[in-house]
Amino acid sequence: MTNHPSTPAVQFNKVNRYFGEVKAVDEVDLEIRDGEFFAMLGPSGSGKTTCLRMIAGFDRPTGGSIYLYGQDVSNLPPYERSVNTVFQDYALFPHMNVGDNIAYGLMVKKVPKPERKKRVDEMLDLVQLKGFDSRKPSQLSGGQRQRVALARALINHPKVLLLDEPLGALDLKLRQQMQVELKAIQQRVGITFIFVTHDQEEAITMSDRIAVFNHGKIEQIGSPSEIYEKPATTFVAGFVGTSNLIGGELAKRLTGSDQTFSIRPEKIHVSTTEKTTTIDTITLDGVVRDVVYLGLYTRYLVEADGVDIVVIEQNLKTTSMDVVSAKGQKVRLSWHKDHISRIGA
Amino acid sequence: MHSKKAPLPLTIAAFGTLLFLHVPMLIIFLYTFTPDETTYTFPLPGFTTKWFAIAWGRADLWRSLTLSLQVATIATISALILGTLAAAAVYRSNFFGRESISFLLVLPIALPGIVSGIALRTAMGGFDIPFSFWTIVIGHATFCVVVVYNNVLARFRRTSTSMIEASMDLGANSFQTFRYVVLPNIATALLAGGMLAFALSFDEVIVTTFTAGQQTTLPIWIFSQLTRPRDRPVTNVVATFVIIITFIPIFLAQRLSASSSDTEGETK
Repeated sequence: MTNHPSTPAVQFNKVNRYFGEVKAVDEVDLEIRDGEFFAMLGPSGSGKTTCLRMIAGFDRPTGGSIYLYGQDVSNLPPYERSVNTVFQDYALFPHMNVGDNIAYGLMVKKVPKPERKKRVDEMLDLVQLKGFDSRKPSQLSGGQRQRVALARALINHPKVLLLDEPLGALDLKLRQQMQVELKAIQQRVGITFIFVTHDQEEAITMSDRIAVFNHGKIEQIGSPSEIYEKPATTFVAGFVGTSNLIGGELAKRLTGSDQTFSIRPEKIHVSTTEKTTTIDTITLDGVVRDVVYLGLYTRYLVEADGVDIVVIEQNLKTTSMDVVSAKGQKVRLSWHKDHISRIGA
Repeated sequence: MHSKKAPLPLTIAAFGTLLFLHVPMLIIFLYTFTPDETTYTFPLPGFTTKWFAIAWGRADLWRSLTLSLQVATIATISALILGTLAAAAVYRSNFFGRESISFLLVLPIALPGIVSGIALRTAMGGFDIPFSFWTIVIGHATFCVVVVYNNVLARFRRTSTSMIEASMDLGANSFQTFRYVVLPNIATALLAGGMLAFALSFDEVIVTTFTAGQQTTLPIWIFSQLTRPRDRPVTNVVATFVIIITFIPIFLAQRLSASSSDTEGETK
């Protein structure tokens, strides 16, 4: 969508940010591609927001450089970067109406009034808030404020749009609706979107690629399915979805290597009959310790070789009656060997 | 909102307090119309408005009034600038001794005026600064800064910091951010603080007596009138006038800070 598609939209080169002794961001290397919907996922204090603030220019790296489409922006002030931000609390100007809020970026750049008006209307159209321009932010609902914040950030046609926990303040229903809408808007405007979230489901639903942050470092970067199916570290396996981690002797017996691996609960099958298995199947016998019937699926807790393994089985035929009688039963767990993910040290 | 009626003793006590506070002012107002210049007799022996004309014609009174207005204006303006800057510094950056600065700024209004007054006089004497119009302004600014500082700081604390970042993010430089985002947000706090500062300066006696040279501000002029019983109704006229011009800004300041705190919650 730009003239140089090979240049990354954002590039971090060994970026550090220390707050006194605390390494908020620790030697981060990162490449975000042009036109990508990129998520920075992690718990609070993992450094994801600091990275976002350094892209915006609110914070400067202690060491390393940040490039924006090839230009070193590490020490540029926010108003000299073609990046705009949607803030977590929206940060709308309470003394201005919606129209003036959206036009702010054009106003400070002294764009003539008729042009401003035209572009504000375009933006209101984009975020489906036509006719709201004379309202005050205090007269809007949370979802509407979020749309105004989005329109205000997009009106400058930034090269990169940053979103800080964009859906954090909305209720579940609205959040799901906005997830779809944000994605649609991103595809329409064709701008690189980078958003920060602690919600793994949100990151998986919306983004093209995810960087999982922990303790100021990136644990893994990959597509949502890569992150989910092949977690590279213990942290990723635990933070994104639930996972069974199997290591030591048991791992050696099952896979021939004592390297810890992760297996997602829904990849495991529970059976009471001894099915014939192929060479690609890994099997493990255990006893059901707990069963929870959850309508759509049933969650089993199976103890095998002293390890608790969580299994999720879709309720295709099972009824809640079957489930009750399952407790204490001897079962055989089986899964395809390709479904395991080896965890790095 | 409160449908229940207050108990009778409480009502009486409340009215009693209000009367106690305001009857003396009514008396002053009443005796601006007395034809008898030396004594307070009730009922009034007659009715006259001649004191207004006499007060109007007094050149010394006009001089004091002008001086007081000038001092209050300049003290308020300096307080607005210094108070805002101090509040911004204390709010935005975290520097060594921040809490102490905050405390030291508020101290002049808590200290008895007589202490501030003697301290200022000693300091000015020590530095051989001649007492003048400007020494009065400096004296007044010490406590005027506090009211502006407090008002503006409170407003800053209720304003989201990301608003300033949002402005910079959208391409505004520091000056534009101040002009279009910060100033409109603290405007009512500035107005309220400024009016309060003006009113405080306008009727200040104690610090003024220590920092003034030959100049007579209006409150000092009134004070000196005590020794001239024959001028009493003229003093009453002036007192009434002072009550009115003090009342207006205080009233407006209260209205402003009340209405802005009403809307503040909605922006969250």
